[in-house]
Amino acid sequence: MTTNWKPIIRMGLLAGIITLYMAVVGMLESFSEREVIRDFVTLGQIMLVFASITAGYLATRRLSDAQNPLRLLVSGAIVGLMSSLPLLVLVLLASQLELRDILVNVTRDLIRILTFDQESLLTGGLMLLLVFTAAGTVGALIRSISPRLRQSLIFGVAWVLGIGILSELVQQILQQVFDRDALRVVFIRDALKPEAALAIFVIAAVLDYLWLSQGKVLRSRLTPTAPGPQRNLRYGGFALLALLLLVLPWLVGTATSDVLTSVGLYILMGLGLNIAVGLAGLLDLGYVTNFAVGAYVMGVLTSTGPLGIDAKTGLAIFNFWLVLPVSLIVAMFTGLILAVPVLRMRGDYLAIATLGFGEIIRLLAISDWLKPVIGGAQGILFIPKPEFLGVRLLPQAEIFPLILNDPQQIYYVILAACLFAIFVSTRLNNSRTGRQWMAIREDEDVAAAMGINTAKAKLLAFTLSAATGGLAGGIFASKLGTIFPNSFSLLVSVNVLSLIIIGGMGSIPGIVIGAFVLIGLPEILREFDQFRLLLYGALLIVMMLARPEGLWPSAIHRREMHQTEDDSKPIAEPPRDATVVVAGD
Amino acid sequence: MALLEVTNIHAYYGNIHALKGISLKVEEGEIVTLIGGNGAGKSTTLRSICGLMKPRQGSITLRGEDLMPYKANQLVSRGIAMVPEGRGVFAKLSVTENLELGAFHRSDTDGIVKDIDYAFTLFPRLGERRHQLAGTMSGGEQQMLAIARALMARPTVLLMDEPSMGLAPVLVETIFDTIGQVNKEGTTILLVEQNAHIALQVAHRGYVIQTGEIILSDTAQALRRDPTVQKAYLGID
Repeated sequence: MTTNWKPIIRMGLLAGIITLYMAVVGMLESFSEREVIRDFVTLGQIMLVFASITAGYLATRRLSDAQNPLRLLVSGAIVGLMSSLPLLVLVLLASQLELRDILVNVTRDLIRILTFDQESLLTGGLMLLLVFTAAGTVGALIRSISPRLRQSLIFGVAWVLGIGILSELVQQILQQVFDRDALRVVFIRDALKPEAALAIFVIAAVLDYLWLSQGKVLRSRLTPTAPGPQRNLRYGGFALLALLLLVLPWLVGTATSDVLTSVGLYILMGLGLNIAVGLAGLLDLGYVTNFAVGAYVMGVLTSTGPLGIDAKTGLAIFNFWLVLPVSLIVAMFTGLILAVPVLRMRGDYLAIATLGFGEIIRLLAISDWLKPVIGGAQGILFIPKPEFLGVRLLPQAEIFPLILNDPQQIYYVILAACLFAIFVSTRLNNSRTGRQWMAIREDEDVAAAMGINTAKAKLLAFTLSAATGGLAGGIFASKLGTIFPNSFSLLVSVNVLSLIIIGGMGSIPGIVIGAFVLIGLPEILREFDQFRLLLYGALLIVMMLARPEGLWPSAIHRREMHQTEDDSKPIAEPPRDATVVVAGD
Repeated sequence: MALLEVTNIHAYYGNIHALKGISLKVEEGEIVTLIGGNGAGKSTTLRSICGLMKPRQGSITLRGEDLMPYKANQLVSRGIAMVPEGRGVFAKLSVTENLELGAFHRSDTDGIVKDIDYAFTLFPRLGERRHQLAGTMSGGEQQMLAIARALMARPTVLLMDEPSMGLAPVLVETIFDTIGQVNKEGTTILLVEQNAHIALQVAHRGYVIQTGEIILSDTAQALRRDPTVQKAYLGID
């Protein structure tokens, strides 16, 4: 049997080009500043070899059955070798030409990263070649070990990477329980100690391996079969989750709490947009409209500045809690008014029309025409923070000795709003209304022929979706204290839509996960921020290829993706190792 | 007075005059078929009757009641149910959920449960697959589901749009046997079909439609012997 080398070479070159791209846009360099394991591995180095390892793994997909480990390893090595070529060219060119005039990110530091700190070009290039070849071989090696062991090893590596990359956050949380000296056993400044990394890897991998081999027995022995205790277990789980949610801002500290509030607002918007997009299938690309309306209502009614109703009429009766429902209701009505003209549009046409609405709102906010009311480009300032029971939640900490920091308090407001939105969405989804939306999403004409009033159901979806967006907007305005038109750009709509898609259309846990991945991670890993859109794009493409149903799909999507014709049993679990399905060529 | 009366309806797609004065009658207990070629206006006629499309002129009455002012969703409770072209089952819902949606306008829970059981006796295949997602079933099973779902509305008149479309000949036979059976149990049917041969076997009467006009109407038997029909639609020279 001869091996077909063409796809292997192609895969290697592809990985090389991806890595080259990451290098010339400056990603590798800025990620190199984050150490994962002290003096050993930086995030940049991981990204440098990641594509090659993956390519080595994927390229040997068709060879895995062949009982020929040598061929497997040779293939992997060739993939790695090929993937080093584009970078070798870059290093060579950079040594001869002044590339920085065109590619501003090709700095000397970058070349040093690529040549692994070697002085001469020859040894550096050789080093690059060797490392990449090794990376490709490692990919092939991963293919050759048994699936169960492979999974445990990947699990171990994932833990090390997770803790290493997020070591600041992890230390912050652990500080609540352990003292600094104890932490120093594991961490040095913002990175893991090598020996600690090894320990984490071994522990995680061994535990996972044991769980995979013994877990079933253990689980069946631990989970009660009787409905009574089972229910208790469920409630216990809920109680634990509730407790965690309540203490979370105090565990992670002020800075991360601020990130949590941003994530929370996006979860709230995701829940809202999900009603239109996920449940009723109405693709709305102008969701920012509702967010802006809610924020501006809050701003105009509560601001103590010259634009506020306070300064204009002397009516100082509005506070956050009074205006929040107003924000919601006004957004709801705007949603209703905007929904009427687009009621007959479907799919792409609807998306384009709503996209237009989003832009109209932004232009109105920035316009001179509305400047006397909402401040134009200068926005609205002096929006007061929420007060709690007549006591200012922020920033007078002395009245509430328990509460110390702004974001940590506003977190609870957002948490409450999210829980409310989750409650409403779940109830709706399981109701007759939810059924109507489902039918409309599938086929509007047939839904009408079944006796469903499609116009009414669609209007309801739009209004409820808008109301949630207005709620988020109101909280946002009060949280920030100032609002500017450029906070309400198309990007907000795109972010919310992306998090729904990545999390899993129509799935509430999916939205939460999507918001943490898309909004939370870039905030915590600051160097991600400038590549945020690039990474979103890449993530969306990878997701669509490998796991189109999202990270945590809804039951319906799961059913759809994993049911074959003869399988009439309900819902199979999605495979844990999804990378295997990455597009064939 | 006939059960369903369509009188001189004119319908347009933009500027295209799709129906140029269609009139037809369906009597209680009949199967009436509307046959014709591609683009003749068969589906447009059905869509007009069930309210998915509004004719500019003409009248449609059911037991003398004018149906024109109503929208599609309001017509379901007035006795018009539709088996849409290309089946149109809700692919991501289970068989039972599809059937429940067919009874969406009804509120008699006991009656719905009974009717679902009846649907499963009429189509045992569906009963075996009641929890399966509709989209994962074969074309024939989906067609059965579409018919069963329309029956869930307890219609006075059942409209069927090309039930034979995209099905293997063996399955077409089965489906049309069922259509005959449904009719014998008391449902009046207006059947639109391109497959004139099989439609005229099961129907009592038929209309032939061509470029938006009815060019022939007679009993099914007579139509089968009509030279024009034989030549144009039955492939007999």
